[in-house]
This record gives sequence, structure tokens and C-alpha cells, in this order.
Amino acid sequence: MSGLFGLVPHLVAGWILLVGMYGLVTSRNLVHAVGCLAVAQSATYVLLLSVGFRRGGTAPVFSDASPHSVVVDPVVQALTLTDIVVGATVTALLLALVMQLHKRHATVDPDRLNSLRG
Amino acid sequence: MNPDVTEVLALVVLLVVAVVATVAVLTRDPARQAVVLAVLGLTLALLFTVLQAPDVALSQLGVGTAITPLLIMLTLRRIRRGDAPDETGTKESAPEGEDR
Amino acid sequence: MSRSARVRLFLGAAAAIAVFYVLACTGLPHFGTAAHPYGDRAVAATLRQHTANTVSSINFDQRAFDTLGEESILLGSVLGATALLRRTDDEQEFTPGQVRVLPSTRLFGTLLLPVALLTGVYIVAHGQLSPGGGFQGGVVLASALHLAYVAADYRSLKEIRPRELLDGVDAVAAGAFTTLGLAGLITGAAYLQNVLPLGTFNTLSSGGLVPVINAAVGVEVASGVIVLLAHFLDQALATRGERTTTERGSS
Repeated sequence: MSGLFGLVPHLVAGWILLVGMYGLVTSRNLVHAVGCLAVAQSATYVLLLSVGFRRGGTAPVFSDASPHSVVVDPVVQALTLTDIVVGATVTALLLALVMQLHKRHATVDPDRLNSLRG
Repeated sequence: MNPDVTEVLALVVLLVVAVVATVAVLTRDPARQAVVLAVLGLTLALLFTVLQAPDVALSQLGVGTAITPLLIMLTLRRIRRGDAPDETGTKESAPEGEDR
Repeated sequence: MSRSARVRLFLGAAAAIAVFYVLACTGLPHFGTAAHPYGDRAVAATLRQHTANTVSSINFDQRAFDTLGEESILLGSVLGATALLRRTDDEQEFTPGQVRVLPSTRLFGTLLLPVALLTGVYIVAHGQLSPGGGFQGGVVLASALHLAYVAADYRSLKEIRPRELLDGVDAVAAGAFTTLGLAGLITGAAYLQNVLPLGTFNTLSSGGLVPVINAAVGVEVASGVIVLLAHFLDQALATRGERTTTERGSS
């Protein structure tokens, strides 16, 4: 039971990362590429929280639980939490860059941007 | 040692997340992709809740289902306006629907 | 590089990554493992610091310096996007026309706006006790404000959104985080060390410095996201740009 089964969350995280990278490589639209980057980024959330999960553990909040209750790992949760919000603003920065590119070159296709440079 | 209910639930949601992420990448039209990303945000929030991370689920819910898709939609709108410079701008077919 | 060559290169690299990743995973503790050395120590430290929500304690107390870095990235991104999305000379502003909104949408939006704002404040304020905190509450606050756009139109949103003020608030809140860290130095402790009285466990004032930093982060995230969305909305709804296919700025 615990053999490969216990690795499924880690493998799912790896799959999400690779699939997001595949989307980045094959994207024909920079807005779509930014979306794929967001997908690839969510792989880290899945991996971190899966690693931090503890069998039978509850949320690491003690406002209505006994201080002796078994909880899941709060450290990875703290890491993920800040990254989600900060990641959103970085996505915004990338989208702003795409908008600027479109203003300058009237295209958001990365291949056509390449050919513009000559 | 048999996995408990939480673990089975987590694994099911994990597989759903993997499928939605794949669909999000393979959706080549950015406007449609934004919608799939919102669904992905929702399933991720569900996964985090099952994994006993309510703090993370809360921020994923706000960011993943609202902010990121909205930003993508707004970017597309600006880009498409640029593609059609003759648009007068008085007739706004408002994209209200995307705003949640 | 041609498209197919690029995809082939990627597939090769991806296969290599996949192999090494799976090999690495076999060495990781399995899903649901009972061994969480860092988690156990963090929980113990949190209870020592009288903070009920461990995640908030880690973010704003035990790892406060890291969070300061994360927050600076946030501020930097907002600044960068603001700089990129400034209206340039060849773009004109126009007032978007009035939009017809369904009466039910208007009603629900108007009713929900104060509720959503209140929820945001609640989530920020109880960050040290229950799930929530500055990062999540800030996002809720920012998206709540945009219910005004759903319920009415862009003009109404602009009226209730003091963007210039929020620009300043964003920077002040980021500065507040940095300044609060000095409290530790003044009392002879380390930078960002939690030196305030810790209070009674599970009350609103518990956790010492945690609720204060938490509030600063809440304000910063809320104003930062509102400013970001404001620039995007401005570009998408109220800016008419002439795309310049001709080369410009060839310097």
C-alpha cells in the first residue's frame, strides 16, 4: 500500500510542473504562456503541501483545538501562503510586460517577436 | 496500513488537479484558459483544504479564482482593443461576467 | 531554432527531468509521514509565543525576515507593473460609457460590498487566531472593492477608489514592516524579533508583534492589489491606444 501509493502526490506535482513547462515551450501566445507559468508554479504548492501532510493531523491552528493535538506541518504552509499572493503580483508584472510588447510590436506571438529582431 | 478517508479524498482531488492543470495548458485560447485557470484555482483550494491547510486554501481561493483570471481577461481586452484601432469605445460590451 | 526542434529538445530535457525527479521522490518521506522535525519545532515555538495560528506565527514572527523579503517582491512587482502601464503620450483616456446592469446584480453587489469588505477586515484582524491573516485578508479586501464594478460600472468604482492615496498607503505599509523590525533593535534584541508583550493565548491581542505586522501586510497587500487592478482596468477599459507598427525609439 505504501510503496508507490505514497508517492502519488509527489508524482502529480512533477507532472503539473512538466505539463506547465510543455505549455510554455509550445505556446504561440504570450498571455497563454503566462497562464502556463501559473500552472507550473502551482506544482510547487502541491509538492510542498503534500510533503507537509501528516496522517491523522489537523490544521495547525490552536484557537479551538488542544495544544497537544496532532497537526500537519505548518512550515510548508507558511511558505506556500506567501508565495501564492506574491506569485499573483509577479503574474501581473509579466502581463504588464506582455501589454507593453503588444504596444511596441503589435503581436504577442513569441515566434513573430523573434523574427522582428531579425 | 490502510490510508484513512482524508488521504483517499486527497488523492482523488490530486488527480482532478492534475487533469485540470493539463486541460489548462492545452487550452490554447487565452480567454478560455483564464476560465480553466479559475477552475484550477478552485480545485487547488479544495485540495489545500483537504490537506488541512485552510490558510493556504483561503489565499489560493482569492488569488487563483479571482485575481489571476481577471488580470488575464483585462490584458486580453487591452490587446484586442489594440488590434481593432477603429473601435470607438463608446459601446462597451462589458465583461462583467468574468469579474468574480 | 525551428518549432519542432524546440519541442524535441524540450521532450528530451523533460524526460531527463522526469527520470531524476522520480528517482529523487523515492528518497522523500512518503505522503502522510509522521516525521516532521521542522513542523514540530515550529509548533512548539508558536505555543511559546502565545500565537494560536501557527502559520501566522511562522510568517510574522519566526520567519518574519523572509516575509519581509517576500513583501518586497510584492512591492517591487506592483511598482514595476505601475511603471509599465503608465499611460503614454500616444494613448488617450476616454470615459467608458454607462453600462446597463441587471437590477438583481446591482442589488446583490450593493448588499455584498460592505459584507465582503467586513469579511476582509475580519480575516486580517484574526490572522493570529484563526485561518487567515494579512495576505489572505488583503486579497479579499481588494477583490471585495471590485464588487462596485460588478454592481455598477467603472465610473462608480473609480469614485470609491482613491488610487493616488492607495499608492502612498502601499509604500507606507511596506515601510511600516521594515520599521516595526527596528523595535527589536531598540530593545537590544535582534531585528524583527518579537519583543512586544505576548498577551493571553487565543485573544485578539495575543502574539506580540504578530498582529501588528499582520495588519501592515494586510494593508499592503490590499492596496497593492487594488493599485495593480486599477492600472489593468484603466488600460483595458479607459485607454485607447494607437498601436505603433512603425519602429520607434530606435536608439
